[in-house]
Amino acid sequence: MGAFLVKRLGFAVVTLWAVLSLVFVVVRIVPGDPAQVILGDQADATAIAAMRTRLGLDASLIEQYWTFLSGAIRGDWGVSLVTGRPVIQEILSVLPWTLELTVVSMLIGVAIGVPLGVWAAINRNRMPDYVTRIASLLGLSFPPFVSAIILLILFAIMLRWFPVISARSGSASAWFQSMALPALNLGLIMAAYITRVARSAMLEVMQEDYVRSARAKGVPWHVVVWRHALRNALIPVITIVGLYLGILIGNSVLTEIVFNRPGLGKLIVGALNQRDYTMLQGMMVIYTLIVVLVNIATDLTYAFVDPRVKLS
Amino acid sequence: MSASVHDAGQAAPPRLRWLAATIGAFNANKTSWVGLVIVVAVILAAVLAPIIAPHDPLEQNILSRLQPPHDDYYLGTDYFGRDILSRLLYGARISLVIGVASTVIALVLGSLIGILAGWYGGKFDVVVMQTMDILLAFPSLILGLILVAMLGPSMENITIAIALTSIPSFARIARAPTISVKERDYIEAGRALAFSDVRIMAGHILPNIFPEILVMGSLWLANAIRTEASLAFIGLGVKPPTATWGGMIREGFENILDSYWLVLAPSLAILIIVFALNILGDGLRDAIDPKLKGER
Repeated sequence: MGAFLVKRLGFAVVTLWAVLSLVFVVVRIVPGDPAQVILGDQADATAIAAMRTRLGLDASLIEQYWTFLSGAIRGDWGVSLVTGRPVIQEILSVLPWTLELTVVSMLIGVAIGVPLGVWAAINRNRMPDYVTRIASLLGLSFPPFVSAIILLILFAIMLRWFPVISARSGSASAWFQSMALPALNLGLIMAAYITRVARSAMLEVMQEDYVRSARAKGVPWHVVVWRHALRNALIPVITIVGLYLGILIGNSVLTEIVFNRPGLGKLIVGALNQRDYTMLQGMMVIYTLIVVLVNIATDLTYAFVDPRVKLS
Repeated sequence: MSASVHDAGQAAPPRLRWLAATIGAFNANKTSWVGLVIVVAVILAAVLAPIIAPHDPLEQNILSRLQPPHDDYYLGTDYFGRDILSRLLYGARISLVIGVASTVIALVLGSLIGILAGWYGGKFDVVVMQTMDILLAFPSLILGLILVAMLGPSMENITIAIALTSIPSFARIARAPTISVKERDYIEAGRALAFSDVRIMAGHILPNIFPEILVMGSLWLANAIRTEASLAFIGLGVKPPTATWGGMIREGFENILDSYWLVLAPSLAILIIVFALNILGDGLRDAIDPKLKGER
């Protein structure tokens, strides 16, 4: 267990270093001088030179690389070229919004996907199975912004159950109103993926000897399905949830735009439009950090759910 | 393959028998046909767009702006008075061209990387696949966003960006069967005959893993079309006034409160083609490899 954690954290550090280096290189081979971009076309040469000094662009590449890496480790990711505030502050101020949306969507996805997958599996090649398979295929065909727009048209414009622009104030009902549609949107798409995996994992487990033994000795059917079988079918489900979190974070960008919700997605689109390089660097680091941490958490969950899994 | 000469007249040659079985299995699942018919219809609509489009997709008619669907404009008009149906038909071309081109690039490069890694193994394999895993770990839409923003939103750059984000997946898909195939006797025989590595990989490994790669290709085509539309929706699509489905939704989104048909038509178009491609890909996979039925 301890050795496993050290190994995984080691890989995480290598991954982060690789991404940081990649980011460093990419930002520097992009055509256009950041100083020129910040100051505009009319800026004179002295102003641009001053700005280059301020941004540290006149140092040698090796010095810049060192400053960049050591700064990244200390949490000093530079200041936004647009707002002038530290990048890490800007990111941390919207991060809770995205994390909150991601977690609630994940819970919705699991709560719908797992039971649906089990239901389809125990009714294999009968009506519930066909309906579930078509529905889940439809669900994973939706580009997330298309499903978001359809939810918006249906529930906010036609039925008027929710406000079009989710403005959140302190109360619980306001939180629910601003969270419901975005989380439902991401949760339903995630449920589609989980359903398919849960179904096929259950189909496999239900053929195992211990399931037959349990049934033979008279264990009630629902106990066999939900306790004996499902517990053993959970590993692939956890894998897909872990893998899907990366997609979920990408999809949250589109959802945040449609529902006009603050978060990493709106931040990155703003940074792209305004060519805010330092902000983009920081965003790529935070995305990688999230994905790497989720991967480690996924591996730890395996051992927690299934004691047969040895972490090494 | 020499078997086909000797067995002629008695049994179909192995490759043909496999093909017949595959078509039979594909046929057994009627929904696969629905997918195939829709995909072919969309391709036809895109190819025939100049002939069947009722209007010029770029022609602005200020007198008939934001009209709901009626006789002259079957799907209504947009903010500039352009015919939505015609724009939809021309938009299908952009979606299909970018989708197919990026999938083909990713399929070729990804398979090449995967086969090489699986064939040579050792340190090379570890380094290459570790790199692919790092790329795979990064949210692909974010990667695509950054690439397109940096390269500039042109049709070529969007294609390259989408291809780059899907190369790691194809590398993974191609590597696994390569490793299992390379232990087979016929590969050993090839080696004993001193065939070159290239000859074995191209002539003996590729044909054996090709069906699996092709199935993933059809599923990834759906993904590529979805990504292109997402990029266009964020504002990183082929530049206006060119009609793209994602771009039409982006423009229509500003008038969503009073004219929601602007976004509804292109939204359904994307949904239908992606759904059809997924059904088709699923059917193909079940047909080629029955033991994977219902998995993804």
